[in-house]
Amino acid sequence: MSNSAPLTTDHPGQVAAATPPAPGRSHRLSDRWLTVAFISPALLLLLAMSVFPLLWALYLSFTDYSATRGGPAHFIGFGNYTAILASPQVHLRTYTTLLYVIGAVTLQTVLGFTIAYLISRRTHGRGLLTTLFLVPMMLSPVVVGLFWRFMLDAQFGVINSMLGSLGLGQVEWLTQQRTALISLIVVDTWQWTPFIMLIALAGLTAVPKYLYEAASIDRASEWFRFRTITLPLVWPLLLIAVLFRAIEAFRLFDLVYILTSGGPGVSTETLSFHVYKVAFLGFNTGTASAYGILMVLVVIVLTQLYLRYLNKLKED
Amino acid sequence: MAGSIDEAVSTGPARDHTRPARRGGGRGRAVLEVALLAVLAVVMLFPALWMIETSIKENRDVYAIPAKFFDFKVTMDHFRDVFAASGGGRSALSVSFLNSVVVAGVSTVLATVLGVPAAWAYSRFAMKAKKDQLFFILSTRFMPPVVVVIPIFLMYRQVGLIDTKLGLILIYAAFNVPFTIWMMKGFVDEVPAEYEDAAMLDGYTRLQAFWKFTLPLLLPGIAATAVFALIFSWNEFVFAIFLTSSDNVRTAPPAIAGLIGGTTVDWGLVAAASVVFALPVLAFAYLVRRHLVAGVTLGAVRR
Repeated sequence: MSNSAPLTTDHPGQVAAATPPAPGRSHRLSDRWLTVAFISPALLLLLAMSVFPLLWALYLSFTDYSATRGGPAHFIGFGNYTAILASPQVHLRTYTTLLYVIGAVTLQTVLGFTIAYLISRRTHGRGLLTTLFLVPMMLSPVVVGLFWRFMLDAQFGVINSMLGSLGLGQVEWLTQQRTALISLIVVDTWQWTPFIMLIALAGLTAVPKYLYEAASIDRASEWFRFRTITLPLVWPLLLIAVLFRAIEAFRLFDLVYILTSGGPGVSTETLSFHVYKVAFLGFNTGTASAYGILMVLVVIVLTQLYLRYLNKLKED
Repeated sequence: MAGSIDEAVSTGPARDHTRPARRGGGRGRAVLEVALLAVLAVVMLFPALWMIETSIKENRDVYAIPAKFFDFKVTMDHFRDVFAASGGGRSALSVSFLNSVVVAGVSTVLATVLGVPAAWAYSRFAMKAKKDQLFFILSTRFMPPVVVVIPIFLMYRQVGLIDTKLGLILIYAAFNVPFTIWMMKGFVDEVPAEYEDAAMLDGYTRLQAFWKFTLPLLLPGIAATAVFALIFSWNEFVFAIFLTSSDNVRTAPPAIAGLIGGTTVDWGLVAAASVVFALPVLAFAYLVRRHLVAGVTLGAVRR
């Protein structure tokens, strides 16, 4: 690898240390040198581009700094944090985000698992079916958002056109408070149902066949087999997928930005979108940083849950 | 990897012939299940098909009420507009596609060059708090982009990386390194460490053993991992829209999103641009379909 060459000059001390007399020790020491040389470039990039920015945001969150006003940043303690936690605006966004995350992830899980179950029961054409179902997941949220915006258009959108030919009324999907959030959930569900399906399918196909055979010798009913064999074996993997989706849904920004821009009013403004508005439209960088740090804390808790669970799953 | 599609076809519980007595009812149920699957497949695929259809429709038919499903005039004008500007020469969109190729390509190479050796080291050597290190690495990938972009924006403004391709390349590489390490660690774990031990008994150093014996075996895994990193960078939107603004730096996602800025929206052009943008992703995703489960869970789930 080309990156290991310049590193030899970065750690001259270690190179010198890697030439002791005993051959056994030399191996171990050169291994340690290799570890440092191979891992530190990647870690340095992460430190520079992920950790350092977050630390900077943490510092800014205790100040009244504004990116446009310029001038020095004044230390204001926990002022930003108390302001955010007490703000009814933020409470509303939290509620919206919660509705969105729970609605979307629940729908995706039910639909995704159903599709996976149906596919796993087929003997022919599984590969083709799976591939077709996966298409939405691979598209960019920009493409997905734009295209659904066109399809949900009140005037010449295809959805309203189909409703019309069925003799049903027109719906202003994206411009009415109540339907806008539902549209957002539907579009996210459309894109990410394949994700749950893919992982559930991996779990379903890994269930050993002999379990079903044993159950059918015992004349167990279909439902009994599903409840006692399929579900317990697929559930751990499914939970991983659900947690993963919950984290992603909580972070979601691009789809909201493209589909509704938070509107109408603030009915589809999630926490991510509100942070963006505070930071880049209000230019209250300090407040936005505190806001962001609070979101990061939520993500860290969710990620810890996810990773711990993943670890448990791997050890079993 | 029971999640690979090829395997999903061959293995798995086939349990339709267990009870001959109820075969009639079983067949009825199977028909119902197939019908349900077909309906779900149509619902899931319709938006993608509608996008392709819109991209080849004449403008008059794009806005037709009620919508025209079959009897429309086919035109390639929208695709021409994606690549060629109206006054001749290259369109802003086609420049943004080129930028996307450069940014996604270089950031993927960078993430691979940094991530693969790290993954190998994490797989082969004992070190302090290895698990914690790996979990820390993965958790950086979960940070909300909207939050990270605030300090990154200030940082880039300070060092003059705002509105440069290099800025985007660096942040994309940083977001792909955790993925590359996790994904590649799985592949390295599958190559027995004994190969390297044997090579070292023959007089090769550890580094030579890695380079000559392990790395060639890892190539398919590296290719799959790089393809996923490429897709992530190609599709990325949040950093692109906040960190770049000028036409000759902007990547395709913000450029396509910019098409709906005006008072009238040329949906035919949006559809054509989206198709051109999405096709390479679908093609690449098809190439790595055996690794999709690991790929979409950032290398965390492997079975």
